Amino acid sequence: MSSAEQSGKATADGSPSERATLIGSSRRMRVDRWFQRWCIFIAVVSVVILGCLLVTILVQGSSSINSTLIFGTPEPDAREAGMWPAITGTIWICAICAFISLPLGIGTAVLLEEFKPRSRFALYVYQLIQLNISNLAGVPSVVYGILGLTAFVSMFSLFQNADDPGAPAFEVGAVYYDQFANLASDPFLSTGGDDVIERYFVVPVANRTEPPTVPTPGMKAFEYTDEGMVPAEVTVVDPFDAPTDPEALSYAIDINAVPGRISDKSWYYFQLPFGRGVLAGALTLMLVILPVVIISSQESLRAVPGSLRDGALGLGATPWQVVWNVTLPASIPGIMTGSILAMSRAIGETAPILIICGIVYIRNSPQHLMDSYTVMPLQIYNWSSLPQSEVPESDFHSIAAGGIILLLAILLTFNAFAVLIRQRMHNKLS
Amino acid sequence: MSSVAAGDPEMESLEKSVEQFLQKPRKNLALVRLREAIVFFLLICCGLFSLLVTVSIVFVLISETITFFDFDAVTLGSFVGSAKWSPQEGLGDTQNFGVWGLISGTLLVTTIAMCFALPLGLITAIYLSEYAPRKVRNALKPILEILAGIPTVVYGFFALTTITPLLQWMHGGFEIYNATSAGIAVGILCFPTVCSLAEDALQAVPNSLRDGAFGLGGTKFDATVKIIVPAALSGIVSAFLLAIARAIGETMIVALAAGSTPQATLDPRESIQTMTGFMAQTVGGDISNFDIEYYSLYAVAFSLFLMTLTLTMIGNLVRRKFREAYE
Repeated sequence: MSSAEQSGKATADGSPSERATLIGSSRRMRVDRWFQRWCIFIAVVSVVILGCLLVTILVQGSSSINSTLIFGTPEPDAREAGMWPAITGTIWICAICAFISLPLGIGTAVLLEEFKPRSRFALYVYQLIQLNISNLAGVPSVVYGILGLTAFVSMFSLFQNADDPGAPAFEVGAVYYDQFANLASDPFLSTGGDDVIERYFVVPVANRTEPPTVPTPGMKAFEYTDEGMVPAEVTVVDPFDAPTDPEALSYAIDINAVPGRISDKSWYYFQLPFGRGVLAGALTLMLVILPVVIISSQESLRAVPGSLRDGALGLGATPWQVVWNVTLPASIPGIMTGSILAMSRAIGETAPILIICGIVYIRNSPQHLMDSYTVMPLQIYNWSSLPQSEVPESDFHSIAAGGIILLLAILLTFNAFAVLIRQRMHNKLS
Repeated sequence: MSSVAAGDPEMESLEKSVEQFLQKPRKNLALVRLREAIVFFLLICCGLFSLLVTVSIVFVLISETITFFDFDAVTLGSFVGSAKWSPQEGLGDTQNFGVWGLISGTLLVTTIAMCFALPLGLITAIYLSEYAPRKVRNALKPILEILAGIPTVVYGFFALTTITPLLQWMHGGFEIYNATSAGIAVGILCFPTVCSLAEDALQAVPNSLRDGAFGLGGTKFDATVKIIVPAALSGIVSAFLLAIARAIGETMIVALAAGSTPQATLDPRESIQTMTGFMAQTVGGDISNFDIEYYSLYAVAFSLFLMTLTLTMIGNLVRRKFREAYE
């Protein structure tokens, strides 16, 4: 209760009739009452807008919330489309982003709050860092996306990759193959008829930039089967002089065939530059939320009473021992609240991810750090930017609304956790 | 406290732990010092990383913008002196790079947004800080936090599917993509920012000022308008500037709802394109080839960065330099 309210009561003292005449007679009192009503009206309007927003989205999206939306893949038919790749992409991105940005952010906050500068130069540097962080917090996220595009996707074109920004110049964990189809699979040469089995053969190649393999008799080829890759005996034939036996034909490759280059990447696949992969996206998001993490961690470190630090220092603890054993444990709830809120911002952030990976059509969950990906808000953006349609096959706006409901549910869960932790911390301190 | 019995088990265990602590082998001081130095070094690296981020933003933007101006089709004069923006290489059309075609769109959307966000945000902040009973305050604050936490793509969807049809129903002249719809959505987005920052500024005004105003016979309105708002003006202005910077940098709403026709117009019913909207649209297409359109992305980003950085810095400066300190 502020003293403002007490003094408000003081003016309202006296008998009711006297009070009424007092209020009614004064123009200033009238203005005051009107202003208060106006304030209440505005506040109600803001609540109504929020209600409107949630209700319209619920109305549009409630019909499309089902298991297909959660576990399906993006399809051209809106009724069968889902966002499972986007959900797993969001989990990947946020996990990596948290893993990098939390130590960095909390470290910076600890430096600024707990290791006070001792020289004039150090003081200058500290002020510069502090000013820099508050300015970084105001940089639009789309600019971070542009930075990520240069710094992570193409890595400043340091690897002579200027004509193809995301292409790997150095890579580990990938095996490249040239894939041939047998003669039967060629739609223009229906020599074998329908009784020839379609087979695909792969020929290992040394690296990505190798020229396409020319079919030569006796080359080492493999066939993908259920048991994995098995060596296959292939014959290279001229299509106009092909064997007629279906069994022999199924192992025949056109002498003029041009193979398709495919790759098999293991879970530890790594490339430089990072390309438009999960790691580049996560690092860019890390840049976006780093100032948020730093500022909130600084505030919670500042809230730790100085007497605790003095006590620990008086017992002979070194500065780092004070931080590790006293200050950080005391401020962990505040830091966690700030970090969870920062992560929920990272989940909802669309613009930098859009800049990094563009509009892509992703049907698989990411398998390694460099894999292409999509995230929930980006998927929602893709669906929302399609034209509105009443036909259920292409009514992507309603599944976009369904996706928004999912996204908001996740974010509200995060925020609820943050509020809960803050509440518990409050009780503990008081 | 002093009357703890000798046989108190709690005391005994405490004594035991102290004994154990004293019997611990001493830590090697050199090792401790080394660890301190390493930790301090790592923390310094963390701190310098944020400086590195700024430096690399500036470096990337400047170097790629210089590459952009190296192209024959563009000069600095036509970039800052023209309002015609047509970066696509069309048949027969010439490419034009007049950034005002995009900046005007940004300014239009920002103005519409601020027409809603600034007055509403300030009045709600005044209500929350000066008038609202504690119960209302406790209910409204989480609602504002929820509003602030909603991803911008959701606001964009809301603008496209709710605000635009509503506007078209009220007035037939609105195009499907228009500046007003995006502006209103950006206004809703900025509303919590203005509100919470302005409320912080109002709360920071000491109660003695309020008491003084009431003691002189002022109503709450008098105290608010004549005493408290002027006292908190630096905080309020900086809140406004930060909100404007946020509106200028907002991407997803304008990408979804404002359209993609760069033009310098004052008609809020028309489709326009903002700087951020252009960037979102360009990366949505094919930018694998390093042509002039790709580099124009950096030039636009640089202009955007300059605008928001200026606003943020002025905002921080106003808050720090012009703060009325009453303590």
